[in-house]
Amino acid sequence: MCGATRGGPSLDGIDITKQAVIQGIVLRDDEPVSNAYVRLLDRTGEFTAEVPTSATGQFRFFAAPGTWTLRTLAPSTDSVDKTVVADLGLVADVAVSV
Amino acid sequence: MSRENVLVTADWVEENLDNPNIVLIEVDEDSEAYDKGHIRGAIKLDWRADLQDGVRHDFISQDRLSALLSAKGVSNDQTVVFYGGNNNWFAAYAFWYLRYYGHTDLRLLDGGRKKWELESRELTADIPDRPATTYVAKPADESIRAYRDDVVAAIGVQNLIDVRSPDEFAGRLLAPAHLPQEAGQIGGHVPTAGNVPWSKAANDDGTFKSDEQLAALYDEVGFDENKDTIAYCRIGERSSHTWFVLSQILDRKNVKNYDGSWREYGALRAVPVALGDEPGEA
Repeated sequence: MCGATRGGPSLDGIDITKQAVIQGIVLRDDEPVSNAYVRLLDRTGEFTAEVPTSATGQFRFFAAPGTWTLRTLAPSTDSVDKTVVADLGLVADVAVSV
Repeated sequence: MSRENVLVTADWVEENLDNPNIVLIEVDEDSEAYDKGHIRGAIKLDWRADLQDGVRHDFISQDRLSALLSAKGVSNDQTVVFYGGNNNWFAAYAFWYLRYYGHTDLRLLDGGRKKWELESRELTADIPDRPATTYVAKPADESIRAYRDDVVAAIGVQNLIDVRSPDEFAGRLLAPAHLPQEAGQIGGHVPTAGNVPWSKAANDDGTFKSDEQLAALYDEVGFDENKDTIAYCRIGERSSHTWFVLSQILDRKNVKNYDGSWREYGALRAVPVALGDEPGEA
């Protein structure tokens, strides 16, 4: 079950108090990008996970408390890095423009 | 083996889309990915529904695999080219799985589905119509598959490579972060295992790094070429990626994939476990 569901898995039935969620949307000119890949890098810059964006440009990760980097890869553009802080019971929402 | 015998490029796949000696197979846990669009002519294998026993934690039998690939229209003498999402994790798993059951000519599309998509190459929703064949799987080759007792016996003796992310290795995460964190197993790793995350073997676009870069990764954790090797992750698919690197690209001998991996080991009673970023003692 290591397959990355497009956009990341649903929050249905998941006890958010035990998860440190990082989620968001990838935009180009304010329009969602449905064919991007978002990767989660740990505090040392090492790869931790990656998901393809959903049809509505969205993505979601279940991280651990701490500081993370989101690296977004989209066709015909350079990758974009964004720093995000996650904590248990919180949902960190991030908008990435490519 | 070397990379020329086991890896193909996206250009090569495009040039061979109509080659009858080649069958493209997409393998992904997210089966919707194939249904929405796949490389023209590719068939789908579902790593769980098609390749797992369904009752036991085990693979389907030799006979069931023969029936499955016959129905899918795959022949023993065809070149099978796997590709998939997740940087080819499940494609590498299927490669290892078919090698276990003796298929001769197997390849991976370097970069997998992601590189194909990022290069905006053609995808189609059309399902190919392949006439049934008579495929005969060979007896299982246990020399490339490790079981839990092999792993316990390898502590401090063989090369153990934990290919999960550093936070999973240390016990700070219990699953890769694109999944909810689970509680079915404890955190940590097999003592004396070196942590070489599978991702270090791949470029951002999912292609494999050069032979020299790959060899250096394992040298850094003290890989001993005179010893046998076991790779593991959480469920055996990321470690298939590393098994592929070590045995198929770098031609290391006696490399096994532990498909039970941390989901099994981390639930075993009374076996050694190490926490933190260091390999730990035997």
